[in-house]
Amino acid sequence: MTSPLLEARGIHKWFPGVHAVNAVDIMFHAGEVVAVIGENGAGKSTLMRIIGGVYQPDAGEIRVDGEVVTIPSVARATDLGIAFIHQELNLASNLSVSANIYLGREPRKFKPLNFIDSQQMTTQTKEILSQLSLDLSPNILVENLSIGQQQMVEIGKALSQKARLIIMDEPTSSLTQHETNHLFELIRTLKSSGVCIVYISHRLAEVNQIADRVLVLRDGKNSGELAREEVTHDQMVSLMVGRELKQYQQRQIQQTCKPMLEICDLVISELATKPINFTIYAGEVVGMFGLVGAGRTELAEAIFGVRETISGTIKVDNQEADLETPRQAIEAGVAMVPEDRRVYGLIVESSVCDNITLPSLNCYQWAKFIREKETKRVTKQMVEDLNVRTTNIFNNVETLSGGNQQKVVLAKWLSLAPRVLLLDEPTRGVDVMSKSEIYQLIENMVSQEVAILMISSDLEEILRISDRVLVMHEGTLTGELQREELSEEAIMKLATGKQ
Amino acid sequence: MKKTLGIFLLLTAIFLITGIIEPRFMQSGNMINMARWTGLYGILAIGACFVIITGGIDLSIGSLVGLTGALFPLLLVREGVPIVIGFVLVFTCAVTIGLIHGLLITKLKLQPFIVTLCGLFIYRGIARYITGEINQGFGNGFGGLRLLVKYRLFDKIPMPFIILIGFGIVAAIFLNKTIYGRYLLALGRNRDAARFSGVNTDSMIIGAYIICSVLAGFGGMLFALDQNSVQPSTFGNFYELYAIAGAVLGGCSLRGGEGTISGVIFGTAMVEVIKNSVFFLNVPTESEFTVIGFVILIGVTFDELIKRMAIGQKTRIVDT
Repeated sequence: MTSPLLEARGIHKWFPGVHAVNAVDIMFHAGEVVAVIGENGAGKSTLMRIIGGVYQPDAGEIRVDGEVVTIPSVARATDLGIAFIHQELNLASNLSVSANIYLGREPRKFKPLNFIDSQQMTTQTKEILSQLSLDLSPNILVENLSIGQQQMVEIGKALSQKARLIIMDEPTSSLTQHETNHLFELIRTLKSSGVCIVYISHRLAEVNQIADRVLVLRDGKNSGELAREEVTHDQMVSLMVGRELKQYQQRQIQQTCKPMLEICDLVISELATKPINFTIYAGEVVGMFGLVGAGRTELAEAIFGVRETISGTIKVDNQEADLETPRQAIEAGVAMVPEDRRVYGLIVESSVCDNITLPSLNCYQWAKFIREKETKRVTKQMVEDLNVRTTNIFNNVETLSGGNQQKVVLAKWLSLAPRVLLLDEPTRGVDVMSKSEIYQLIENMVSQEVAILMISSDLEEILRISDRVLVMHEGTLTGELQREELSEEAIMKLATGKQ
Repeated sequence: MKKTLGIFLLLTAIFLITGIIEPRFMQSGNMINMARWTGLYGILAIGACFVIITGGIDLSIGSLVGLTGALFPLLLVREGVPIVIGFVLVFTCAVTIGLIHGLLITKLKLQPFIVTLCGLFIYRGIARYITGEINQGFGNGFGGLRLLVKYRLFDKIPMPFIILIGFGIVAAIFLNKTIYGRYLLALGRNRDAARFSGVNTDSMIIGAYIICSVLAGFGGMLFALDQNSVQPSTFGNFYELYAIAGAVLGGCSLRGGEGTISGVIFGTAMVEVIKNSVFFLNVPTESEFTVIGFVILIGVTFDELIKRMAIGQKTRIVDT
């Protein structure tokens, strides 16, 4: 038997406070599609980044074609035939398709001068595009392409590098159904030509459809492996969760009928669309689903006063609120946990204490002097209430794990007792433990009659937490589903714009 | 204090080395002189520090020193304006300039470098225009006013240095103890996150530019009183660079969000000590700038290495 294309044994990776990858073994053969699945924080991305040369393993051995290798850089991974297509595509949008495919490896002419041989580049790009059965001009700028087409360009780039192992991280997260089908066809073609595809996804139905083999990770460890014929939805879930998924305990829905957040005819700049209308009642969690680019974050930002609105009114607790800046939103009782916590949620170089008290600093002052005893007391209280794991409240937030960082973001708002809480992907990149703690926290807030809008791309999470679900597609609200109407199919149908 | 340790050690080292090679350097006359210069430049550097903490820069400090340095004697001597009114007018002028910088940078989102670079040209031009290129000074009058720079506490400590310490204490308290200081440091590190936390980032940034211009304007008046001869085309040239160098040597990061007032004062003292050492060690005048440039570069490198060592130790502790 020939040696596997890539084999990794006993891989370990530590981050401050987290053992992200713990003694993982994997093996990939040429010409197969392997799905790697696991919950957020299970270590999938870290493992793939190790293979892709982004991170260095702290222990373990990687073999390619049976030879022990080290992959100190992405360039080395490329040399070994490993390509990594990230969830967020890495293309230079101001360059053409061909320039992107050959970025850094442009064919040259007039040797000593190294001019770019555009003609050759265009011809070669055409060949690759035809392999992908993609009808595009090589000279079109990437910014004019749809997300699906951009992804194809990434795959084209991998092919031009003669990649033998292509890692795709959540490739379908922003694709339409049609584009997804095209991608699957392509994956099958690539497979028959001997390329190995590593397919990372949360969407178990897709995994079921495409994978020859499924590797499951849990808490940074191998949790199990399923061969083609063993793959079922329940099998995958039980390996991912490590226990039988117990039915989510239905919370007693409080029929308060007291509207807390009312959005009337809201039109948001940069989302030239139909006006948006919805209401969230006190003590209610409304889930908001949509594919990437559907405008969910934009909507939340508009409510929070970060993004300009063109027209429409927002009422908080029956009072019309003028929300033009976050300051005004906060004063009106609106709080937001943004999607990208390291960019918008936290000042990572500042301490836990500074971060938690930043929005409420006005409450802990005397003649504008900070009452440090007070900030310390509040922080300690919050750290304890939310079980933030840190050795000292004056540690910089960057030393905390993702889940604990997210709890710090939540803690920022809790002391202000908001009436409306906007959560944008609250459990992204959060470990399983913290995730359930965050869910518990949402429960507590709801019982205190807070109105919660939770944006999530995680269908399971949406189904688990929401009393009601709003779905967006391309900037418009395409539907609303009551608790009893909720199902993955119903949500996806609205999210992909199919009526 | 840890952050300013590197610069403090370097300052002491240069001080001692020059002192050993050339004992005259340590004489009290020279020490007083260095303290005076440190006081004058330090006031500018504290202003620069506020702007740098927001992640911005102010290149117009030197020209503003030129403008206010010329405007103040012009008002008092040529126009015969009472001292208090003169102060108020110059102060208003500085506040307005800072406000315009801040508005252009926050509301129109122009880059601080460009805005203040234009300021550098404009204020120099205005200074030359209003004076008709004629030297300004206080002559032999205004003795009481000139005590503001000439007075020496216990016959030793020059007044500008005392003013610097006074301003330094106020600035340090503002930066470390008030909510506004906390907001400034927060927005310097991550402007978006500060805004998402409800900080009114625009007004804080405008405030920083106003503080910077006001200190530059005040510094300009002191420089004018100290020199008593203000040549409108050159007075204050390069001062913004000394102020920025002092702030950066003192641990301010041009990325924003980092900086301590004590560091800035040490940093300014460092620049002055280097200038003075260059003079005492008989470095040929034509190489003066080269030496100053190199020493500042070495200082910043040294500081960065020390910081990196400190961080290295910290991560090792986290790992185990």
